[in-house]
Amino acid sequence: MAKTDGNGYTVFFATAMVVVVGVILAGLATGLKPQIKENERFEKQQNILYAMGVNANEEGDTSANFISTEEVEQMFKQHITRQLIIQGGDIKENPEAFLVDLKKQSKKDLKERKMPLFVGERDGETFYVVPMYGKGLWDAIWGYIALDKNMVVEGVYFDHKGETAGLGANIKERYFMDDFRGEQIVDGTTFKGITVAKGNNDPLNNQKDDNEVDAIAGATITGDGVTAMIKSTLRDYLPYIKQEIKG
Amino acid sequence: MGLLSKKDAALIKDPLFDNNPITIQVLGICSALAITAELKASIVMSISVIFVMGAGNVVISLLRNVIPSKIRIIAQLIVVAALVIVVDQVLKAYAYSLSKQLGAFIGLIITNCIIMGRFEAFALANGPWRSFIDGIGNALGYGLILCIVGVCRELLGSGSLLGYKVLGDPIEKTGLYAYGYENNGFMLLAPMALIVVGLIIWVQRSRNAALIEEN
Repeated sequence: MAKTDGNGYTVFFATAMVVVVGVILAGLATGLKPQIKENERFEKQQNILYAMGVNANEEGDTSANFISTEEVEQMFKQHITRQLIIQGGDIKENPEAFLVDLKKQSKKDLKERKMPLFVGERDGETFYVVPMYGKGLWDAIWGYIALDKNMVVEGVYFDHKGETAGLGANIKERYFMDDFRGEQIVDGTTFKGITVAKGNNDPLNNQKDDNEVDAIAGATITGDGVTAMIKSTLRDYLPYIKQEIKG
Repeated sequence: MGLLSKKDAALIKDPLFDNNPITIQVLGICSALAITAELKASIVMSISVIFVMGAGNVVISLLRNVIPSKIRIIAQLIVVAALVIVVDQVLKAYAYSLSKQLGAFIGLIITNCIIMGRFEAFALANGPWRSFIDGIGNALGYGLILCIVGVCRELLGSGSLLGYKVLGDPIEKTGLYAYGYENNGFMLLAPMALIVVGLIIWVQRSRNAALIEEN
């Protein structure tokens, strides 16, 4: 070991190792980047379509199934008729609206924020898909909510970065997401959003006009995060969605 | 095992039972508590650790004569971190949905003290082939306990295994739930994982008195 104990050798080894590992990782990351970017694009398209009911869920399935990555681009073109970006009161069409980085936008002032909105069609009906971004217990949560022209929820999709497995992570399970279908976001004329409620007397979620879905036991903070995310996002979007519905 | 000599076979067998990294050496407890609420996460974590540990032990073993002893821990960390990033990136590019499910777990591998422990205790003093077997053996031992804990927690906590509702539906009150059975939500929290690990240690030591430390 004697020859490896000197200071000079130690510095040399450390430098060499960092350079070698750095070059390998940089090479790998650059090589795989296009593939990863493409996967992320497909995922966003799949999520948006999932929320408005274009998915591969079958009767009796308990897991959320997306349409396959091979078809997704074509299905996205077929079903999403308009992609809009709302910024400071202006609505502009933008075919790349689904690539807007919500994390960056969420830090900006409402006036400067780019807010994407997707108008889609399925079986002759028009849906308005709103992307959402918020905070769970450990890290970011995000998702999409699809509304029909009566402001009734057609479907949602949630995802998270690092919620607890078996508890908060279950927001992306179908038994939770399916509860949102058919829920009202308004109570009469006042905007209510949808509350993920504990102590709900309606665990089967038969009541669709109570602006509530049943919470996941043991995932209080994640559920509150979902509630807050839906409320704050839809409040900002509401005037524009109304405007779109009127045409 | 025709492929392995007796000594090599012991490298696989020992960490599975009598020298298990979790129950005997009490290493890797953090991840054993954090991710075992569902069996699927346990299995996936075990597979990832098998890969990182096998490959990492070989790399460290090959470098064992050139790593300066003063900075060997940092050198080991770089190897683990690099391997974890490779796994993460490759999964993201070619198995995107799998990498989505694994999420934070992949990063958590870096903090797994069993890996550093085997680098330090074994790979630095042994050849690549034996280090490889030792790494696989210890990762299997770790995975075994993870899966046992995962089965207990998911079955008793959520009434399901790998997502299938094996005990019936708790909301529709079918299966066992029709008779008043309830899921134990406490099983999903980390303290119960520690208690389950404790029970495994208890069973293991009462079956093999040689494992009990003299006091």
